[in-house]
Amino acid sequence: MWRIAGGSGDGIDSTSQNFAKALMRAGLDVFTHRHYPSRIRGGHTYVEVRSDADPVRSRGNGFNFLLALGDSFARNPQEGADTVYGNEEIKPLSENLDDLNEGGVIVYDEGLLDEETLERADLDLEARAQENDWHVYSLDLRGLAREHGREVMRNTAGVGATAALLDMDLQHIEDLMEDAMTGDVLQANLDILERAYDSVREEYEVTHDLRVPTGDHDEQQVLMSGSNAVAYGAIDEGCRFIAGYPMTPWTDVFTILSQHLPKFGGIAEQVEDEIAAASLAVGASHAGVKAMSGSSGGGFALMSEPLGLAEMTETPIVLIEAMRAGPSTGMPTKPEQADLEHILYTSQGDSCRVVFAPANVRECYEQTRAAFRLAYEYQLPAIVVIDQKLSGEMRNVDESFFDREPNADPGSVLTEEEIREAAHHESGKFKRYQHDAENGASPRSIPGQKDGRFLASGNEHTPEGHISESPTNRVAQMDRRMSKLDSIREELDDGEGSHQTHYGPEDADYGLLVWGSQQDTVFEAVDQLTDAGESVKALGVSEMLPYPEQEVTDFLESVESCLVVEMNASAQFRGLTQKELGRFGPKLNSLLKYNGEAFEPYEIVEGFERIVSRDAAIPEGTKFVPAAGD
Amino acid sequence: MSVFSAIGEDREIDRDEFTPGIEPQATWCPGCGDFGVLKALKQAMPEVGRTPDETLLVTGIGCSGKLSSYFESYGFHSIHGRSLPVARAAKLANPGLEVIAAGGDGDGYGIGGNHFMHTARENHDMTYIVFNNEIFGLTKGQTSPTSPKGHKSKTQPHGSAKDPVRPMSLSLASGSSYIARTAAVNPNQAKEILIEAIEHDGFAHVDFLTQCPTWNKDAKQYVPYTDVQESDEFDFDVTDRREAAEAMYDAESRLYEGEVLTGRFYVDSDRPSYGAEKRATEEMPEDPLAERYLDEDSEWERSADLLHHHR
Repeated sequence: MWRIAGGSGDGIDSTSQNFAKALMRAGLDVFTHRHYPSRIRGGHTYVEVRSDADPVRSRGNGFNFLLALGDSFARNPQEGADTVYGNEEIKPLSENLDDLNEGGVIVYDEGLLDEETLERADLDLEARAQENDWHVYSLDLRGLAREHGREVMRNTAGVGATAALLDMDLQHIEDLMEDAMTGDVLQANLDILERAYDSVREEYEVTHDLRVPTGDHDEQQVLMSGSNAVAYGAIDEGCRFIAGYPMTPWTDVFTILSQHLPKFGGIAEQVEDEIAAASLAVGASHAGVKAMSGSSGGGFALMSEPLGLAEMTETPIVLIEAMRAGPSTGMPTKPEQADLEHILYTSQGDSCRVVFAPANVRECYEQTRAAFRLAYEYQLPAIVVIDQKLSGEMRNVDESFFDREPNADPGSVLTEEEIREAAHHESGKFKRYQHDAENGASPRSIPGQKDGRFLASGNEHTPEGHISESPTNRVAQMDRRMSKLDSIREELDDGEGSHQTHYGPEDADYGLLVWGSQQDTVFEAVDQLTDAGESVKALGVSEMLPYPEQEVTDFLESVESCLVVEMNASAQFRGLTQKELGRFGPKLNSLLKYNGEAFEPYEIVEGFERIVSRDAAIPEGTKFVPAAGD
Repeated sequence: MSVFSAIGEDREIDRDEFTPGIEPQATWCPGCGDFGVLKALKQAMPEVGRTPDETLLVTGIGCSGKLSSYFESYGFHSIHGRSLPVARAAKLANPGLEVIAAGGDGDGYGIGGNHFMHTARENHDMTYIVFNNEIFGLTKGQTSPTSPKGHKSKTQPHGSAKDPVRPMSLSLASGSSYIARTAAVNPNQAKEILIEAIEHDGFAHVDFLTQCPTWNKDAKQYVPYTDVQESDEFDFDVTDRREAAEAMYDAESRLYEGEVLTGRFYVDSDRPSYGAEKRATEEMPEDPLAERYLDEDSEWERSADLLHHHR
């Protein structure tokens, strides 16, 4: 686990991505985790790259190689650590020490973090290194970069030093540089990379044991983030219209699709606000196009209105909600899972929508496709919930996984011939909202089709769309619309495979229940617990609405006690589970985390100990809520 | 030939086609100016040669929002203030449609003001009719964005301290390329202006004065009115931005002194519509996007074509 730390603007993101790709090309599995502040320049930022010959599915516990570049954009290097923001220049080194594992390696840029800076920061680095068996190497990365190119290239020098210290072949890194750069810039970077590599080899005595493992893939791999996978799922399901407004972390999906859709004959619109964004998706879908929008919590709040309009007019749309820590502006660049209830229930009236919470890159792709398919078949909004963690984390996936047939079918839409045969009202209007529609969704016409005229209205309406407050019509229309959720539940239960994921031995005594982005971390904890002799299994739930009642019931009935793991303060998923199932209160304990950091496996392991033994301590930064009656 | 066979159909069009086969009982009060908009629109449509099946009328909420119930076409009765984003997306999805949006002064200049500004700025090829009666009618007579300063109502018991919105000036500053004001009591002019607005290739904004006989008795019936194109007092070039701005300012001020000035205030025929701009930068397909979904022979790109970036 390699952590590269610097200031925002130091090029940490692209450097780490290339480093991860190089490891993937070398035959290893990779997983990245990014941590960044809400600012353009400066601030403490890092990316972790975890890599192994065996599959890696979470960021893991701590890390063991720190490349501390220092924050070159720090504005207040002369101020003491007791000022509001402290001494920022040194943060990439100082702020990362607490998580560094025993026996770990530290490389820092002495060009930026000179002796004086270190002294002023009062790090006590030597003593701590001795205590934790850390191996510290300081190099003048800045000097190297200046000498052979420009100062901004010091992260390249850092990568070269890393490669030398880990006995890693430079070939893949050089190939990636050649893909991304040309001319003098490329040459300078290659020079810096090699000089850093050589100078470490020649001038430093390597005292640590850590080396890059060797691995081999059976087939071509691709490095992909959750946001990439959501975007690609949308493309393959025929989505060619996106409207949005920038907001972290949703911006990733919006940016990717804004780049690709026009090339694929589609349209991307950056608009005035999120009310407009979701309303545009409604308008485009009404006119016959597969359309989407999305935002993060704050922007999604503005979408409440058009979301309800889509439910009432039965206009299919897909929305993405990329959660971040709330309430209000909260912590813009930090992950949290506290928007679940907001997503399930926002907008006036009874909600009639589909909500999926994928857990990883593959699920992001699959479930975005499923969201489009269900939205257009059943004419309702479908929401895909991701978060800051999932949106930005990158993993390698078999390339063949994405080798799929596209499906641009607009769902329950009639042809002009079918419209001619279909029922019409005496006014001349097509009966687009028939009371007795099969599965709840009454097939629609598209403006421009002959004789398909109808009125779509946010008011309650008759089969042809006219506003009506008749009690009989009201109940018939409400019942029909709500019945779509039953039809969808049935379709999902009958379908091939499940969107839920089971992990661990079936006959285990204890259960871990999790949703969304924390799933794979929980699965890793199951491995660690199993190795330690515990009898435990896990269920990762993705279908939030309609809720997979039977599957979760079976799981909970099979265990003595269960720990529900989620990143929020009010145990929202546990609440949903109890509401949907109406029982299991005495079995459901919660492990919660809302400090802005995703779970690490060891925290779940420790939290689990608490349901087995009441005396067990709860890991710092998390909160345990016992089951009812406990 | 479009897969939408109603689009571009070449045939005689009768104005009765725009009246529903069974006419619903209108919820508008007797003497309401809204009837004037409905009538003018029904008269304009055959003249511009568009049929009900190729027309999408998107309305907001309020008495004005009921227009889509009494006018026969594809209709979308959306939510308060949001008719424009729904309408402009439908136009982007299928430029073959004739898209008209309509709503009241509260809907368009109040709650939907941000969408008004940005839709005008983008200059979509569509028409926006604002029923301006200087009052909230459906919710029973509250002060609206165009109510005069000092207007007393149950929500402004001591009289509104606000200057009213200047709809045309706001429209000009925002980027509309056709701006006119007409009145329900002037049916011939209203029809002519709606024809021009619909035929205009860009965002055409019509501030339509619609008297409210129930909740705004103080306001005039918008008579007598003056057509600025026919009055000797006014001699300005509607294609000149500065002259147009001055004429609008004048007309907006004088409305509150009891003088009703109507007519065309600004026309810019040179500015390309948003669709034309987007097509020029290859950010929008040449053929209507909506057609692709109904055409069985369409080929669809795959994300697999992008994977080489990820190797």
